[in-house]
Amino acid sequence: MSSLARRTESPIVRRSLIGIALLYLVLFIFMPLFIVFATALEKGIVYYLHSLADVDTIAAIKLTVITALIAVPLNLVFGVAASWAIAKFDFRGKNFLLTLIDVPLSVSPVISGLIFVLLFGLQGVFGHWIRDHGWRIIFAPPAIIIATIFVTFPMVARELIPVMKAQGNDEEEAAITLGAGGWKTFWYITLPNVKWGLLYGVILCNARAMGEFGAVSVVSGHIRGYTNTLPLQIEILYNDYSFTAAFAAASLLAFLALFTLVIKSLVEFRFRAELKAVRKQGH
Amino acid sequence: MFLLKQKSTIPGFHLSLGYTVFYLSLIVLIPLSMLFIKTSSLSFADFWAIVTAPRTLAAYRLSFGAAFIASFINIFFGFLIAWVLARYSFPGKKIVDALIDFPFALPTAVAGIALTTLYSSNGLLGQFLYKIGIQSAYSWTGVVLALIFIGLPFIVRTVEPILQEIDPEIEDAASSLGAGRLQIFSRIIFPAVLPSLVTGFSLAFARTIGEYGSVVFIAGNMPGKTEIAPLLIITKLEQFDYSGATAIALVMLIVSFLLLALTNWAQWWASKRIGMS
Repeated sequence: MSSLARRTESPIVRRSLIGIALLYLVLFIFMPLFIVFATALEKGIVYYLHSLADVDTIAAIKLTVITALIAVPLNLVFGVAASWAIAKFDFRGKNFLLTLIDVPLSVSPVISGLIFVLLFGLQGVFGHWIRDHGWRIIFAPPAIIIATIFVTFPMVARELIPVMKAQGNDEEEAAITLGAGGWKTFWYITLPNVKWGLLYGVILCNARAMGEFGAVSVVSGHIRGYTNTLPLQIEILYNDYSFTAAFAAASLLAFLALFTLVIKSLVEFRFRAELKAVRKQGH
Repeated sequence: MFLLKQKSTIPGFHLSLGYTVFYLSLIVLIPLSMLFIKTSSLSFADFWAIVTAPRTLAAYRLSFGAAFIASFINIFFGFLIAWVLARYSFPGKKIVDALIDFPFALPTAVAGIALTTLYSSNGLLGQFLYKIGIQSAYSWTGVVLALIFIGLPFIVRTVEPILQEIDPEIEDAASSLGAGRLQIFSRIIFPAVLPSLVTGFSLAFARTIGEYGSVVFIAGNMPGKTEIAPLLIITKLEQFDYSGATAIALVMLIVSFLLLALTNWAQWWASKRIGMS
């Protein structure tokens, strides 16, 4: 018996296991994906494009893009700072800090919205102060942006920390010893090394920012054309029984999700090649 | 609290850590502390009355119960999928592997309307399920189906790398000493992946108990029957019952933190076991 035969199952077992796994995936993952595009296009491409050109849908797309344009760069700067501190240095309380960074991921989206209502709502801590200044935060775009920042807070840091850790400190230490400053070392040594991990972190953060529903729903107030992001617009269209229009808008976000997965696969492929090269040099 | 363990030649420790702690406090810690501050304005008797009201208990039972059932089902199928991806090759494997993360990348509202359309009585899958007497939308079953979709990637992605790490030589050695496939599985493979199954389960469970967007469309939203806890929070908010909403949220948050602690414990347990062998 060859070692390979000993290590694996008989072909019948193998094939049935693959079959069960694929069936489960088709039923639970691929079918919902198929439904989105099938329903969006069920009345033809003209109807599809027409429903995307709706005034409220375009306003929702605009607000979604603006939200992401503010939330993603802020979390990118945080992600880089946090990764630098956590990956390059050894300090007490590091694991605790890592746990705290992940907290927004384990908070229900509805609770993520609720805490900002408690802060900025009329009954909230800053409610009267904000009203006296004539500002609007809750039920207005600022709250949507703040809630989105909270929900997507760890996305860049989570992707970047392991990549930066894997690179080690040797190259940075060499650059510093040779007289390069901290910023120069970061721009010319660290950043080129982690750019793929950084890119995936940003794209994932962006996908989350554009797709957030629960938290944004709590703070938005659902004012058509003013505080509706694309996911909220999808809900409104769906509840109005405009199913095709709802799925047309949904298909944009499904495309974004697929694009995110393509970038993820590319980054993983890229890293696998790099890791192999590193191992070969070691031998 | 955060003290550098040894001097480093690399600059920027205080700047990067300072900014990290500042931004973390501003965006996450201070806003979250509002839940505790707001709840502390309630007397314990009032708090207890809110979180043990029949409608609240029913919502908790649905959110926690359906999340538990869905994560439990996903343990088995998630493990099977991780096994197939880690050990076998088949055509289209790379695409299948990439699409595992689809539920994680897809916005929850899109998942919600897609799943509801799929499982409603005239939906692509729902028409068959309704015929055999399973009401797959606007019911408990619907909530479980949605949470299965949401939770699957967490289990597969936690178990898959551990399965790939198992040294084939150990299996060869066991096999040459006369162990059968089932024995190798139960004595070598299963103990090695058990901590990752615990981690995957608690990650999926933690994510699904608070899930809103993908569930709210398919749940039916009947108070006391098919109303999930996050929806009850929103309902209380719309009635300007901020204390009620906050009390219900605080209980959910504490359960999430306990699960986070369980995840960390499982990882510590795993690293200790590897350290011993």
